[in-house]
Amino acid sequence: MPILRYALYRFGTMLLTLWVVSILVFAIINLPPGDYLSNQIAELRASGQSAGVAKAEFLRSEYALDKPLWQQYFIWVGFLPGPHGFSGLMQGNFGWSFEFDSPVAEIVGDSLWLTVLVNLAAVIFVYVVALPLGVLAAARARSWVDYTSAFVGYLGLATPNFLLALILFYYGHRWFDLPIGGLMDPSLEGLPMSWEKVKSILIHLIVPTFVIGTSGASAMMQRLRANMLDELGKPYVETAVAKGMSPSRMLAKYPLRVAFNPFVADIGNLLPAMISGSVLVSVVLGLQTIGPTLLTALKTQDMFLSGFVLMFVALLTLIGTMISDVLLVLLDPRIRYEGRKA
Amino acid sequence: MVPLLSVRNLTIGFGKDDPVVRDVNFDVAEGETLALVGESGSGKTVSCRAVLRVLPKVAQIRSGSITLRNGTGTTDLVTLPERAMRDLRGNQISMIFQEPMRSLSPLHRIGNQVAEVLWLHGRKSEASAKKEVLACFDRVGFPDPERTYSSYPFELSGGMRQRAMIAMAMVAKPKLLIADEPTTALDVTTQAQVLGLMKELQRDTGMAMILVTHDLGVVANMAEQVVVMHKGRVMESGAAEPLLSTPAHAYTRALMKAAPQIPANVAPKPIEPTTDLILEMNAVSKTYSMRAGKGWKAPSLIYACCGIDLHLPRGKTLAIVGESGSGKTTAARIALGAEPPDQGGQVLFRPTKGADPIEVHQMDRTARTAFQREAQMVFQDPYSSLSPRMRIFDTMVEPLEIHRIGSRAEQRDKAAEMLQMVGLGRDMLQRYPHAFSGGQRQRLSIARALMLDPSLLVCDEPTSALDVSVQEQILRLLERIRDQKQLSYLFISHDLAVVARIADEVAVMRRGLVVEQASPETLFHNPQHPYTKALIAAQPEPDIHRPIDLKLVAQGAGSPENWPEHFRFAGYDAPPLVPLEPGHKVRCHV
Repeated sequence: MPILRYALYRFGTMLLTLWVVSILVFAIINLPPGDYLSNQIAELRASGQSAGVAKAEFLRSEYALDKPLWQQYFIWVGFLPGPHGFSGLMQGNFGWSFEFDSPVAEIVGDSLWLTVLVNLAAVIFVYVVALPLGVLAAARARSWVDYTSAFVGYLGLATPNFLLALILFYYGHRWFDLPIGGLMDPSLEGLPMSWEKVKSILIHLIVPTFVIGTSGASAMMQRLRANMLDELGKPYVETAVAKGMSPSRMLAKYPLRVAFNPFVADIGNLLPAMISGSVLVSVVLGLQTIGPTLLTALKTQDMFLSGFVLMFVALLTLIGTMISDVLLVLLDPRIRYEGRKA
Repeated sequence: MVPLLSVRNLTIGFGKDDPVVRDVNFDVAEGETLALVGESGSGKTVSCRAVLRVLPKVAQIRSGSITLRNGTGTTDLVTLPERAMRDLRGNQISMIFQEPMRSLSPLHRIGNQVAEVLWLHGRKSEASAKKEVLACFDRVGFPDPERTYSSYPFELSGGMRQRAMIAMAMVAKPKLLIADEPTTALDVTTQAQVLGLMKELQRDTGMAMILVTHDLGVVANMAEQVVVMHKGRVMESGAAEPLLSTPAHAYTRALMKAAPQIPANVAPKPIEPTTDLILEMNAVSKTYSMRAGKGWKAPSLIYACCGIDLHLPRGKTLAIVGESGSGKTTAARIALGAEPPDQGGQVLFRPTKGADPIEVHQMDRTARTAFQREAQMVFQDPYSSLSPRMRIFDTMVEPLEIHRIGSRAEQRDKAAEMLQMVGLGRDMLQRYPHAFSGGQRQRLSIARALMLDPSLLVCDEPTSALDVSVQEQILRLLERIRDQKQLSYLFISHDLAVVARIADEVAVMRRGLVVEQASPETLFHNPQHPYTKALIAAQPEPDIHRPIDLKLVAQGAGSPENWPEHFRFAGYDAPPLVPLEPGHKVRCHV
């Protein structure tokens, strides 16, 4: 099973990349001078609250912030034992949030999978919208179908997301009685999963998916259209017509199949763009995703929290590229059989 | 008898422009081959595509009729509804295209693409379709049909892909096959074999064929009826034999005259030995290593050139002839210093008579710049070797600017002078390349190469992208310039007939080895090596009484292990190049 072997190999390189990313993330969150606690200590000293200072000093040694930077890194990841033995990311301990005064895992909690959910919904939206529209625009190139879809697409690209969000909220609420803001009914928050809750989440998802996905979908649609148009001029399309294929069947079997490759390769690019792009939207829409948390954490230099969120986003991105790479190998025999003797 | 297909008064135009095909008439009888002959822009391809109605979107059939006999009745293909037309395509009339490399989808298995014809026309279950396709693969000469069935196009060579295309066109047993330049993109020996196969298949199945080609040699070998087209009109039509032996129309005569031929009877001519060599290649080899598919396996080595010794006397033309993959272009690139030879190889260049030789691959920066002024190149494809965004003037003057030669006015004069030398006017300097035809572009490209007054010109297939009549003009131009400016040419070509007229000495290469070397006269009079014989035999001659000898082609173009004992070898264990008589060397066992 060469494909399985490739997938394993690709997984290995992903882990390696993740490790490099962890170094970068750690370096970046430590770039600003000082850390959360040293800032706090300075503030407390200035206001003469020595009791607080003692607590902060205790936390500093508790979380090894008094150690050299490289040791801090290894303790954070879990390669080296900290004050309480091995307890880093690899051991499943995500650290302590100073700003919220509770474990990181508890703070991110629900918002982790809500982030995945929102972005997954947006990616699916992008593909479901872009695929038929892109193919249609190419097949009916330079007709009203093409021009209309291009016009709507550019509108989607050009409208700022938060503006689109506000407009949709207003009209969605007025005409379809859609809820405004949030990812579920406030009364359901913190309750265990139930049919009611799933339904509420799904209804709340409609507007965010649309807002986050629109620009991606119109960009993707234009790319697919351009790729399809390139392929439609190729001689093998003519061969297919000369065989007696009907246009729709020919379109689906030959040019779409070739134009599909860049389409799939885009999964990897789409995820990071959406996650970072959706931070602002999440703040505006009041979504309980990881975006607003990241924003707060970065502002207050809450290093363990922001480090964890950055790592999480990187992980999603890497998984996205891995999926698209493996899919490409499955789709394209030229990649699959590279080097095989004819 | 009613012909199978009858085209009457066919007129086709693009958009609102004047028609590109006017009033064309021809008939195809059952079991017969009709050749549509003409140069690019003659409308031959558009006419044949109109039969299947696979024209570009902007093209319309403005008038005329295309009638296909169908049992006892007839069908007009111009007015037939699209759906009914679809049933006809691939089923009753099928088509083979020019570029086998690009005419198959790269992402689908060959078997799938061929069997699809049978599925589409609803005649077969999947299993019986496969059986039929395998039989068809066997018929068109695939050694292992099962393997071919599950192969992808990129795993096959050009000739094999064209066989797959033929299988695709033949599998539904059509009544009419349209072949649009089916062998133009193939090597000459492969072309001979593919043409032979098409003829054989036609004999077996009794189908009719429309063969579109620019090559009168192909016509003479294949066709019973000929239609000669020029600028959208039929110039002359009729049975092949009288038309080719006594062409009535002036245009046909011009085409015949322009077609390069291998001279039938020539006296052998020895090569005069000379000591004034401008270029010397000694023991030049080039090995490329190809990454193996699996990481732990050693990369496989590809021998592009093996121990090449070539000497080019000043003022002469040395031609390297071979098929794609023979290493001829690699040899030329090494001669120009564009690529280093393997350890032990040496290229020497003498700018003037008696000068100290320069070692091309050991030069410092200044010596290299000086060498570049002396050695220039003319490329194969005149469409892509001129920048479309630069005026002719800028393209022409660029070499002078790089070498900082002359003032602006002097540069301009030089450019005008060179344009006149290649037969173009000074007023063309301000135009862009798109305003020129293929032949004119190749002239420009020659003029650019001459801007630095080089003494050596490397011509890499300078005429193979051109129509025959234009090819003839370019060759004449190259000859004139060589004699006028005392140039030496290293001439790369796959076409023996082209080489026959311009070269003083020919080296025939195959798979990195020079297999035979002599003056062209000697080579055509007394070819020794089976591969040379195959090349000569495979050349289609516009003479209906000199058909291609397929047996000679098959033997010489095959594997070296099947050559006659005298020449046979296996792997890379080749015999040495032995002088047979003065100036005639053959690679054989002594």
